[in-house]
Amino acid sequence: MSVELDVFVGNTTIMDEEVYQLWLDGYTVNDAVSIRMKSGILEQFGTTEDVLESDTMDHYRTFQMTERLLHHPSKLVNQVLFQIPPHRQAMLIERYYAFDEAFVREVLGKKLSKGTKKDLDDVSAKTGITLKSCRRQFDNFKRVFKVVEEMKGPLVENVQCNFLLSDKLARDYAAIVFFANSRFETGKKKLQYLTFEDFAFCACQLIQNWTVGAVDNMVEDMDVDLDKEFLQDLKDLKILITDKDMLDQHKSLVCTGLRGKIQVFNEMEGNFKNLSRGLINIAAKLTNTKDVRDFFIDLVEKVIEPCKADRWLISDVRAFLTQYTNSARALDGFKHQAVWERYMCVIKSCILKMYHD
Amino acid sequence: MPGKLKVKICAGRHLPVMDRASDLTDAFVEVKFSNTTFKTEVYPKSLNPQWNSEWFKFEVDDEDLQDEPLQITVLDHDTYSANDAIGKVYIDIDPLLCSEAATVICGWFPIYDTIHGIRGEINVSVKVDLFNDLNRFRQSSCGVKFFCSTSIPKCYKAVVVHGFVEELVVNEDPEYQWIDRIRTPRASNEARQRLISLMSGELQRKIGLKVLEMGGNAVVGYLQCFDLEGESGLVVRAIGTACTLDKISNTSAAQLPACNSPSKEIKEAPFSEDPNPNTHSSGPSTPLKNQTYSFSPSKSYSRQSSSSDTDLSLTPKTGMGSGGSAGKDGGHLKTLLRQQTQSALEQREFPFFTLTSFPLGFLIHAGGVVSARSVKLLDRIHNPDEPETRDAWWEEIRQEIKSHAKALGCHAVVGYSESTSICEEVCILSASGTAAVLNPKFLQDGCLDCYSENRLEDTSPPSCGFCHIPYDELNMPFPAHLTYCCNCRRQKVPDVLFTTIDLPIEAAVTGKGCLIQARLCRLKKKAQGEANATAISNLLPFMEYELHTQLMNKLKLRGMNALFGLRIQISVGENMLVGLASATGVYLTALPAPGGIQIAGKTPSDIAYEQHISNIQKKINDTISRNKELYEIHPLEISEEVIGSPIPEPRQRSRLLRSHSESSDEVSELDLSHGKKDAFVLEIDDADAVEDILSLLTDAPLPTGFYSCNTENMPGIHNWTSSIQMFTTVRVFRLNNSLYFKLISFVYLPLSKKSFAFSISFVSHFTISAPSLDKASPLAEGHLRLRSTPSCTDSTVTVVKMTPLSFIPGAKIIKYLGIINMFFIRETTSLREEGGVSGFLHTFIAEVFAMVRAHVAALGGNAVISYIMKECVFMENSNKNQVITLYINAIASTQFIKKHYN
Repeated sequence: MSVELDVFVGNTTIMDEEVYQLWLDGYTVNDAVSIRMKSGILEQFGTTEDVLESDTMDHYRTFQMTERLLHHPSKLVNQVLFQIPPHRQAMLIERYYAFDEAFVREVLGKKLSKGTKKDLDDVSAKTGITLKSCRRQFDNFKRVFKVVEEMKGPLVENVQCNFLLSDKLARDYAAIVFFANSRFETGKKKLQYLTFEDFAFCACQLIQNWTVGAVDNMVEDMDVDLDKEFLQDLKDLKILITDKDMLDQHKSLVCTGLRGKIQVFNEMEGNFKNLSRGLINIAAKLTNTKDVRDFFIDLVEKVIEPCKADRWLISDVRAFLTQYTNSARALDGFKHQAVWERYMCVIKSCILKMYHD
Repeated sequence: MPGKLKVKICAGRHLPVMDRASDLTDAFVEVKFSNTTFKTEVYPKSLNPQWNSEWFKFEVDDEDLQDEPLQITVLDHDTYSANDAIGKVYIDIDPLLCSEAATVICGWFPIYDTIHGIRGEINVSVKVDLFNDLNRFRQSSCGVKFFCSTSIPKCYKAVVVHGFVEELVVNEDPEYQWIDRIRTPRASNEARQRLISLMSGELQRKIGLKVLEMGGNAVVGYLQCFDLEGESGLVVRAIGTACTLDKISNTSAAQLPACNSPSKEIKEAPFSEDPNPNTHSSGPSTPLKNQTYSFSPSKSYSRQSSSSDTDLSLTPKTGMGSGGSAGKDGGHLKTLLRQQTQSALEQREFPFFTLTSFPLGFLIHAGGVVSARSVKLLDRIHNPDEPETRDAWWEEIRQEIKSHAKALGCHAVVGYSESTSICEEVCILSASGTAAVLNPKFLQDGCLDCYSENRLEDTSPPSCGFCHIPYDELNMPFPAHLTYCCNCRRQKVPDVLFTTIDLPIEAAVTGKGCLIQARLCRLKKKAQGEANATAISNLLPFMEYELHTQLMNKLKLRGMNALFGLRIQISVGENMLVGLASATGVYLTALPAPGGIQIAGKTPSDIAYEQHISNIQKKINDTISRNKELYEIHPLEISEEVIGSPIPEPRQRSRLLRSHSESSDEVSELDLSHGKKDAFVLEIDDADAVEDILSLLTDAPLPTGFYSCNTENMPGIHNWTSSIQMFTTVRVFRLNNSLYFKLISFVYLPLSKKSFAFSISFVSHFTISAPSLDKASPLAEGHLRLRSTPSCTDSTVTVVKMTPLSFIPGAKIIKYLGIINMFFIRETTSLREEGGVSGFLHTFIAEVFAMVRAHVAALGGNAVISYIMKECVFMENSNKNQVITLYINAIASTQFIKKHYN
């Protein structure tokens, strides 16, 4: 006696959050059944395996049918086919667009192209996330990217109203879109210790301070592209390292300010010129797209690693950067205060965020 | 007299992409009613067109208004080739014809295509200006209200219950017309959908006319069915109960069943007129105490008991038709009452009522289940306007039912229903109901009060009165084991009661109820025509007998003594017959405690065998006591003397009144009787049989905290939450000649109303559909709080609740908006892409729900009650590149409800 047909449909669409998660995680029906069985559901409800399988199948079918609506969450809200209470809809959307930390670290900053999609099986093998789930997450990134890429207005808000995501998730997606657009390198070995959260924070800083939107909030791509003029102006900062007097003056101001306040004063004093050169060179090179991509790796190589080597504490780094930024104002002949502030406030928060093990 | 129908097409949304090149659609709309068609402008290049059309006006007869659906077709404009259809919406405008229902239909309707399913939505507004027609000879019946629920709707009061109305309409099935060979599947599906819509409109109108003739204003318990007879045509038939309803203006009274005056009278009436004072004297004289608090509903019962060695005596029925009406003997008051009621019912051809629950005091006695079946060979309907053959068939069956009821000393049949099962050219027609004695008060015009001074002959208290036998004890229509009622101890009751109605709310019940099912599958030889019909009709009595035995055994196993809501369905397939009986078992306080089940072996010499038997016996006894515990059945122990002397019948016999007739109209009866007094004996031949019996009797138990029943109210459980969820489940199994099969394992969802409808198509191919309702059990209450999540924008979709019940727990019905009657066909050629058969059906059911909800919302409603998915026919044709055709007919009443949580 084989089951030919077996469906169970509710007027209010029947959805189990656990099964939904299993489906999102890309498990097959059989895997999902065995996972559910391990949770002791059979004993709890006194059911049999075939009932559980049938139930799982029903859920999977429902989810497959809702998937095309989930691609356009605003459609899910206005559709008539499934009667789903609002809080459930929100849950469905939020979970559908949620992503795995391990996955996003693999893809962050990569071009969301067919080529990357082809490599997803490697990602899957590396992270242990099922290929199906990888594809869903990748497609989500790409879909959000395509929709908001050319839109006017703030990136986070655009993501939020088009995909009805929560604040937190919308901000994460904004970061993903931003990284994908500028193709920041995040996959190098030296950057492996950084979490997605670190990058998301940095992206947020960059979006708020360095993009076109930071000056004018009604242009296209305002939050996606960096402000070209600003990047050009950054070249002017070079004077801080090319002008020998200024460099020495800057050093002495910083040293005066920090004497007795940080534990690694000597190391700082010895290394000041290197650090300052590193910071200013990063700024000066940002006009090249290639160097923009290496922004994070440069920060790590030029600033974070040397400090770590000398066992700076994070408080030392904070004190140094604060003093370093402020002292430049007092320099004679330094006329680029605004650009300097705009540059250093982002650099400072990024470095502090990234300064951990 | 004409009416004016006005339609406005506002907008569309989520339309499918029809032009691959631009990924857009140039949509326009055709609005058709009767023979008039209007078109909107083409709204170019948009998936969300805004037509904002003028009001299209149709001037039509009200007859057409009732029959015809409004047909809205959405098309994609194509300059060079024919316009492509996107889909259609059929709107039944009947709800607008009733003055107190909706005044406007306005909302988003899913655009439906029989090949692609739902493709976007369209916003439509519909209004009707109706000029009242007072012509006596009119053909329309606007304003008659239809209710699918089999009880008097909650916000109405039944002034008069007029009685049975029936009608059937036949037509040729478009699927089998010659033109079908040349037209597209879509065109043929649409022709069929339209025809059925038209036919059910016509049917409703004709029934409405009959109701108006009888002086009524509403049809309650409206049951409509389709018989897809294949080549021989298409039959749409309906039965219902005509009533005159009054709206209850005082909303606080609405929660009580309509009439409470008669119950008062009954209570006040003296108890002196016991028909059997002599036998009664041995009992105590204090029964009144008990009655004051326990109110029990009226029910009908059929009782029977049987043992496996009972001989089936198919005796020709003689003298049964003489009727139990007048002059049996003694001139008891009972007879008097009967005569009075009789006169009220006499004018009526069929004193049948489709209702299953009644106003208090309506039902006096219930006599038992009566049923009739007949096997017919279908032939082509030659003249659709004269559906005489089909009428005659049903007429025959109804006569039979009527005579059975008479034989039980009853003058009416309640909880009446009819069904068919068709396989190729053989058709089984079945009808069943519960024989009953009714209070004449409700049956006559304008004499609601004229009986108030009359002595009430029947003085039974409401909590047990309906159990008392309606027939004369000395002249019983069949041998039965009678005892004095355990509740009032004045009148006789049978030991088991089977009925098709709901448990009356006032009935005294001990413990909880549960769903009891009997399932049966019989193989038969493949045959054609006459021979096939004969084979089936020969099998039927055996099947009924076996189902009955199973039901009885299961009932005893649960320690219960009455069945309510009994539905026996027999379906026919090419080489098998399947029977399914489902009912809700309860322990009626008024009836005696059921005896146990005894196992008896045939070869007592073998010791090991004896051992085995006693093991089984022990298992059964354990099960009974466990079940008693589970369902909390702890009847008060009443000592033998208190009950009164048992009826001096050493042998009790009962007979199930039931017959099936073949075309010859030959009536046969089953005599199901057994010879032991208290115990129920199962005799078995060999050890294997024991296992069979055991497995047959013991269903998988429901998990704790879950209850199921197939009646409106769950007996013995009262604390429902207001959260309900309705679901539909369909399963198809391919059977490999297995005789018994476990049909459905209902697990882990608490069920309240289930109704099964199933049919077999093709060889050993079986379909069951069960639209059911899930009520949150008391356990689940805590999980119903809504969490508010801020990121949700306001949805434009109204939430519509659906239920197969006639009420929504915890909510009050404010207004009835009308009946929803829809018929859908869905076909696919790309089964694999749709996710296989299950995926296809899953989508389809979800679509049907969506369309019902959309229509309800457009009427301004927010709930659907008495929803039933009547028919679900599934056809697979692997030759034609996997074409699957599905028909679903959903019927329901629409309501606007207001919630109040307790």
